[in-house]
Amino acid sequence: MTVRKDESMMLKTPFHSRVAAANEMNCWGNWMGYTTPNAYTDVELEYFAMRSTTGVFDLSPMNKYRITGPDAQSFLNRLVTRDVSKIRVGRVGYAVWCDDAGQVLDDGTIFHLDEDDYRLCAYARANDWLYWSSLGFDVTVQEETADIAALAVQGPTSCSTLMAMGLSGLDELKPYALAQFDFEGARLMVSRTGFTGDLGYELWIAPDKAEQLWDRLFAAGAPFLIKPVGSDALEIARIEAGFLQAGVDFVPAQETVRRGRSRSPYELGLAWQVDLDKPVFNGRKALLQEKEHGSRYRFAILDVEGNKPAHHSFIFKGSKQVGTVTSAAWCPTAKTNMAFAQLETPHGYVGDELTAEIYYQRELQWTRVLAPCRVIDSPVFSPPRRRQTPAVSC
Amino acid sequence: MCLGATPMTDYDVLLVGGGHNGLVCASYLAKAGRKVLLLEANESPGGCAITREFAPGFSVSACAQWVRQLSPQVLADLDLQKHGLQWAARDLASVALSKDGEHLSVQGEQAQGSGLAVKDRETYRAFHRKTQKYSRLLASVLAARPPRLVESSVKDRLALLKLGLGLKMLGKEDMSELMRIILINMYDLMSENFENRQLQALLSMDALVGTRMGPRSPNSVFSYLYQRVGDVFGYSGPAQVKGGMGQLGSALAASARAAGVEIRLAATVSSIDTRAGQARGVTLASGEQFTAPLVVSGVDPVTTFERLVGFRHLETGVVRRVSQIRVQSGTAKLHLALDGPPSFTGLDAAQLGQRLVIAPDMKYIERAFNAVKYNEYSEAPALDISVASVNDDFLAPTGKHVLSAIVQYAPYQVAGGWDAHRERFTAQLLDCIAHYAPGIRDQVVASELLTPQDLEREFHMKGGGWHHAELALDQVLMMRPFPGATQYATPIDGLYLCSAGTHPGGGLMGLAGKNAAQEILRGAQS
Repeated sequence: MTVRKDESMMLKTPFHSRVAAANEMNCWGNWMGYTTPNAYTDVELEYFAMRSTTGVFDLSPMNKYRITGPDAQSFLNRLVTRDVSKIRVGRVGYAVWCDDAGQVLDDGTIFHLDEDDYRLCAYARANDWLYWSSLGFDVTVQEETADIAALAVQGPTSCSTLMAMGLSGLDELKPYALAQFDFEGARLMVSRTGFTGDLGYELWIAPDKAEQLWDRLFAAGAPFLIKPVGSDALEIARIEAGFLQAGVDFVPAQETVRRGRSRSPYELGLAWQVDLDKPVFNGRKALLQEKEHGSRYRFAILDVEGNKPAHHSFIFKGSKQVGTVTSAAWCPTAKTNMAFAQLETPHGYVGDELTAEIYYQRELQWTRVLAPCRVIDSPVFSPPRRRQTPAVSC
Repeated sequence: MCLGATPMTDYDVLLVGGGHNGLVCASYLAKAGRKVLLLEANESPGGCAITREFAPGFSVSACAQWVRQLSPQVLADLDLQKHGLQWAARDLASVALSKDGEHLSVQGEQAQGSGLAVKDRETYRAFHRKTQKYSRLLASVLAARPPRLVESSVKDRLALLKLGLGLKMLGKEDMSELMRIILINMYDLMSENFENRQLQALLSMDALVGTRMGPRSPNSVFSYLYQRVGDVFGYSGPAQVKGGMGQLGSALAASARAAGVEIRLAATVSSIDTRAGQARGVTLASGEQFTAPLVVSGVDPVTTFERLVGFRHLETGVVRRVSQIRVQSGTAKLHLALDGPPSFTGLDAAQLGQRLVIAPDMKYIERAFNAVKYNEYSEAPALDISVASVNDDFLAPTGKHVLSAIVQYAPYQVAGGWDAHRERFTAQLLDCIAHYAPGIRDQVVASELLTPQDLEREFHMKGGGWHHAELALDQVLMMRPFPGATQYATPIDGLYLCSAGTHPGGGLMGLAGKNAAQEILRGAQS
């Protein structure tokens, strides 16, 4: 077999031709086997497109599973820690799922598409776990990652852009709701969801319509200063909005090798996701125990003094090391230096005064800063337009 | 944990399944003062220890046919002889049949046969003594709960220490020999020890009966040593229960009743009811419900979790573990009603009541085993035969006889379904026996073939596997039935297991039931 030199082993998303054309930096990363841009032009400009106008992010590589059948809801309720019956038809819900030891396997979103019909979006491949979880249920689990092309359209002018593209009435769509539109004879599903903490939508369509969707979206969005964004810019936005990233802020339990490296929902600040009133779900027994006996770690959002991101920093209480930083960024809109930290209990309660040991270098000169930081109770970026319905348009 | 019956519950313990381990467990619990209700689906107690009339006037031990491991401790504690257990024969010889009448027989450490060289005879005695040392070590870990490897208690650590010490005490040479052979197969072990093919095959059959293994399968040496635990318990050969195996079931039931156990027969449990990870009771097929703070399942683990509890009421990790338990069987059962004593070429009357084995050499068994790998039944199967009526006139009308044979190998499923093959396979089995007892076809007045599917249906064992979970090194001790459900407790609070699918397994030993009862009572104290 001969391999042509310009052929990559990486998978390409349905938007690849358009993404590649827009990728002026030719800066690519690997997202679960798909080649995806880290940045198209300039990370800051892309970030500010999301915050000031509209940023478009290709999220096709997201693992997607279709869950159908009379037991679809019971299946999901046993799988995840929250009560899935509260996600009504036409709504989307955040969810987290655990192994039997109550350790987080992954987080993602559940789309309630129709009666007995759901889509689960996940960070990690989950075929195996979903298969074993399906035994005993009248349910079909079908992976559809490659069958659906998806774009996130995020930012203050996102609604205007999409309405200009022809999605009339979209401004009435509430946060975490779904709507269906006709697009070039195909079904276009739009959810008011995203990973930026701002007004924004995600578009879901058959792969053969992907390029057309991209073209019409960017044509309609030109007056609204639309811009494609890569994963580096999205990273800043999601930290600013307080969203956890699987694989960064926690290691999916099935991927951990060493004992004690996985985390429970309680240890990730996700207690609100755990509904112990549900009689059966994966991890329930262990989580009941943890609730009774206490957790090992506490997730904390830190407001760090200064403007040096506390990447990989140790966190101290006085002279005692009490934790480490998992994600950090200078957040330009909130003008806050934020960090997510894993702190040993009892540290990390809101208002706790700590110190971050930050290392940074300028022209090969390394500097160590001991930056005071404080545990805050909520993410720093959460503008009212995120929740407003009808959505703001300009 | 609260063991006392609250006013809200009917019993202290509900025991699902009146097989031998269920009955043993119930008895020990009742002796300790618990109010126990035992529910058995069949009309007679005993599970695989059962006698059934399969043709007018002809009765047979319908599942297990030999006792060779029943724990003397259980026998004494439950006073089984007072409750009706009698032996029709004990310490029987195993006879390897030969078409030309040159039979070979083994009993205890004695091997005899006209074709047996003096060297093999002596080697066998030494082999028997050495393997008995190993089986004695094995037996020492059977009578207590298996230790846990992780988060083990002092008791678990001591048990592990004892096992390690026991290994060490074998002496350097025997210890390294045990380590060498435990993972190899009977074919190799027999080949390196003996020259006589009949002897090789006869001993191999001890390892293979009731399994889905051939002489060349890994774990077959372990299985052999496991069988030989019977020697440690005082059986130098198979024993036959008077009145058929059902009398063991009846004696166990009588003992249980005397201890205060309430036994309901023909009461099929359709579900073990749980709420929020806690066992609450059971529901019968009739719709009747019982509640108790403790439910003990004497049913095999796969059926217990998959059908009775229901996978949807368990966490995914448990479902995965249970789904991966190997329960496959390669064993069928043949029953023949004969209008006279069968005449095996060269076999004298005294030998007819012994254990008769058709397996001329190991390659014959391996070929018979090949079929089952491809969901076919053996053209020339290996048989473990009991003409029980020779030792026990209760089983057949005077002058007539019953022959029952454990058949290796038959798959759980065959192409086209078993009904399409039943007659053909029965005829093949008769042909096979007729090579050794030429007149047998004319003597048969009735026959019955129980395929693995029939055994599953009649005795409620997943896959028809009478060990409830294959006895292999990865499925014993702290891995039996699966990590997380060792020591008889399960991920469902208040649900315990006591069947052959738990440590130390079945074999009509009764120790799984006894150990489970001890753990349940221990749990009540802590």
